[in-house]
Amino acid sequence: MSAQTQGGQTPAIELKGISKAFGPVQANKDISIRVMPGTIHGIIGENGAGKSTLMSILYGFYKADSGEIYINGKLTEIPDSDAAIAAGIGMVFQHFKLVKNFTVLENVVLGAEDGPMLRPSLRRGRQQLKELSEEYGLNVDPDAVIEDIGVGMQQRVEILKALYRQADILILDEPTGVLTPAEADQLFRILNRLKEEGKTIILITHKLREIMDITDTVSVMRRGEMTSTVKTTDTNPADLAERMVGRKVLLRVDKKPATPGEVVLDVRNLDVVDEKDVHRVKGVSFQVRAGEILGIAGVSGNGQSELLEVLGGYEEATGEILLNGQPLDLSGAKSDGQSRRARGIAHVPEDRQHEGLIMNFSAWENTAFGYHHDEKYQKNGLLMDNSAILKDAQEKMDRFDVRPPNPLLAAKNFSGGNQQKIVVAREIERDPDLLLVGQPTRGVDIGAIEFIHQQIVALRDAGKAILLVSVELEEIMGLSDRIAVMFDGKIMGERLPSETDEKELGLLMAGMTDTDAPHSIEEIEQNLAHAGEAE
Amino acid sequence: MDFFTFVQLGDASVRMAIPLLLACLAGLFSERAGIFDIGLEGKMLAAAFLAAAVSLVSGNAWVGLLAGIGISIALSLIHGLASITFRGNQLISGVAINFFAAGLTVVVAQGWFAQGGRTPSLPKDARFNGIDFPGALTRVRDKMQADPWAQFYSEFISGHSILVYLGLLTVPLSWWVLYRTRFGLRLRAVGEAPEAVDTAGISVVRLRYTAVIIAGVLCGVAGAYLSTAVQAGFTKDMTANRGFIALAALIFAKWRPWYALGACLLFGLFFAIDNRFQNIQLEVIWIMTGLFAAAAAMTLYALRRERIDLIVLGGLSAVLVFVGLATWIGAMDEAIGATAALFETVKVPSQLIQSLPYLFVVVVLAGFVGKAIPPRAGGQPYVKER
Repeated sequence: MSAQTQGGQTPAIELKGISKAFGPVQANKDISIRVMPGTIHGIIGENGAGKSTLMSILYGFYKADSGEIYINGKLTEIPDSDAAIAAGIGMVFQHFKLVKNFTVLENVVLGAEDGPMLRPSLRRGRQQLKELSEEYGLNVDPDAVIEDIGVGMQQRVEILKALYRQADILILDEPTGVLTPAEADQLFRILNRLKEEGKTIILITHKLREIMDITDTVSVMRRGEMTSTVKTTDTNPADLAERMVGRKVLLRVDKKPATPGEVVLDVRNLDVVDEKDVHRVKGVSFQVRAGEILGIAGVSGNGQSELLEVLGGYEEATGEILLNGQPLDLSGAKSDGQSRRARGIAHVPEDRQHEGLIMNFSAWENTAFGYHHDEKYQKNGLLMDNSAILKDAQEKMDRFDVRPPNPLLAAKNFSGGNQQKIVVAREIERDPDLLLVGQPTRGVDIGAIEFIHQQIVALRDAGKAILLVSVELEEIMGLSDRIAVMFDGKIMGERLPSETDEKELGLLMAGMTDTDAPHSIEEIEQNLAHAGEAE
Repeated sequence: MDFFTFVQLGDASVRMAIPLLLACLAGLFSERAGIFDIGLEGKMLAAAFLAAAVSLVSGNAWVGLLAGIGISIALSLIHGLASITFRGNQLISGVAINFFAAGLTVVVAQGWFAQGGRTPSLPKDARFNGIDFPGALTRVRDKMQADPWAQFYSEFISGHSILVYLGLLTVPLSWWVLYRTRFGLRLRAVGEAPEAVDTAGISVVRLRYTAVIIAGVLCGVAGAYLSTAVQAGFTKDMTANRGFIALAALIFAKWRPWYALGACLLFGLFFAIDNRFQNIQLEVIWIMTGLFAAAAAMTLYALRRERIDLIVLGGLSAVLVFVGLATWIGAMDEAIGATAALFETVKVPSQLIQSLPYLFVVVVLAGFVGKAIPPRAGGQPYVKER
């Protein structure tokens, strides 16, 4: 049976009426989509919109409840990944599926060996890897061990894996989440090259900029449904955001100029050496004033997490930190989250599922964690006043628009954005002098991002100091009043958002101090790989 | 000690190392595939019993060996069913197998043979006997008078049962399978990153079951070796925690076949020392030196760690120092003067010698011997996500 054609061409992929439910949750509802060969097709949607489920069906991870898949016009059953590979589909997952202590070559060959003996497979693999590298400009060292190379390189290995299996259709799931802007540009160059060679590429992302930059066509998903498919040239970011969320969204953070006051946080020559004796933070100094947001940009793993942990009271450090002029204990002996809170530091941790919430506990319990010693939560000085906490939780959830507004529900049952709202509500409501915020919108959908950003700005306008750590440059640029860039444990420089751009910040994030000079991608990669050695 | 004593010690070390080695490689295959196997002990024990019982009845050690392998594979499959198919807790499943084997072997042995939970002694032809190589001396008296090379050849090289040679061969074989075959690559991958194997279109379940079955075969041979080659029959709990020592050896060996050989030979040496030297006499000064050195090493180590380590290890060091001083003071009764007491010889308690391999297990597990990184996906059932 031949599928419908468009402009005389058979679509590389055509999905017809795909539906998939997990229990009562309808992840995909009657989805039909057509992807033309030799194009880059973007799929955009909020978290939980069903993008990943759809692609997992295409890659044989899930079986659709109903619907048909046509590959190059041919009706194809994809019961498992093996069948997907045989149909010429390759997938680059958001979390790489690589064996970390294997070499690049071994990872590429794994599962696509020629025979029971390894050596001939490896020999042919090495040869072919070389050819593929040259053909598509994907430079990798076949003998490098995965855990020793940077994420950008690892991603290239994933792409090579797919190409080695002769994939004609490449699906990339949130590929730029872990990349610096320079690395992302490099990835896009590779994708364009692949497109020129006739490969079909599906790009799943929630970043509007990427869709606009590189795709030919874009499909928007919302709540399990494919709401629209348009030519990229016929749309714009605001339009796409509206299609994603279903209402108008403010993409830029709306904020007045800051009016900085007294210095609240004064960090002087801070050094952190972790338990593995790795020097994570190297002589960092900065100040945050009342009524301003200092954004710390950087590729993850360059010391930002450790910085937050020290300020949050659960990592030891040397140096000096003054809060409102008084020193904080850095020895780890007297410091913990509790003592920091007592000093007026609130913390929205980077990893909300592990550090911000107890996932199996209900929302109302989570809204009180760390503050359960507060007098208003105590009864007779001995017991916790559960009804007071519950009542408080309900108020907070209403005010922060947590959905569903049910405080008895376990934290794990909320979406990422609503989980984050619970954490933010808990920390902001305490009226802290200093708010530490790590990756406030990681895994949070656009609607909730807007809300959380507004809350942070409101706190700033109330005259509080805010230290924001994020790997999302857009977020840093939009929220911060000043930007510091961290690389390899050091602060590379401070910039004002009005006087810098993503390119300059990207170079600082890659450890380039001289941002005026032209830099090659190789140079950047080398620098990043060097910084990675510490890990 | 003369050369022949060394040869004998080496010979005994190899004999004692073989069951450890087989169990260790069984654990290696299983754990490299991501399935922790704490049930090595139980599988060995069940195999030891069934191998002895079937050898006895059939009169053929090979039939017994097959029976031993069979029951061991059966237990492996139960472990596989629990931990791979039903994604249960691998430790609990392993512990269950150990209890099951420890109890049932004795009960069935009593039911079949009514000799208090053991099998009757196996006749010579129902056992795996030593193979004498051409030209090897067989009588101990001849060996003692022979030249060193003949001693080495006759005692160390020749005279073992076929299972010893097979056991030693499994080391290069395992290495070859792991590092030179497609199966080995996939096996190593599935223990590190099952999701990588799965997305490459290979069945995680099938790979893990294969690994578990290989572990079953190796444990079966190990058990049969104990009851039909080393001993002549099954006795209650005859594996004597070798399954657990094999796990420690596996950690010590960093999950590598050749290292496993080294680790198991070391443990075999401890067992051999225990067998051979029930009665070791040492001068007090050496005992004190040894104990003080151990105490100093532990304290120095603890000083670089946290306070709790210092309390625990410092306390342990204090005990060692106390034992050393007590030995000295005890020796003063025999000798005249404190200095003379230092050179008095005393008997090292045989219990201490017996506990050497187990003490070393503790040392290995405490991580004093380098850092061992287990396979990353070890112990976790694989659940497809997204």
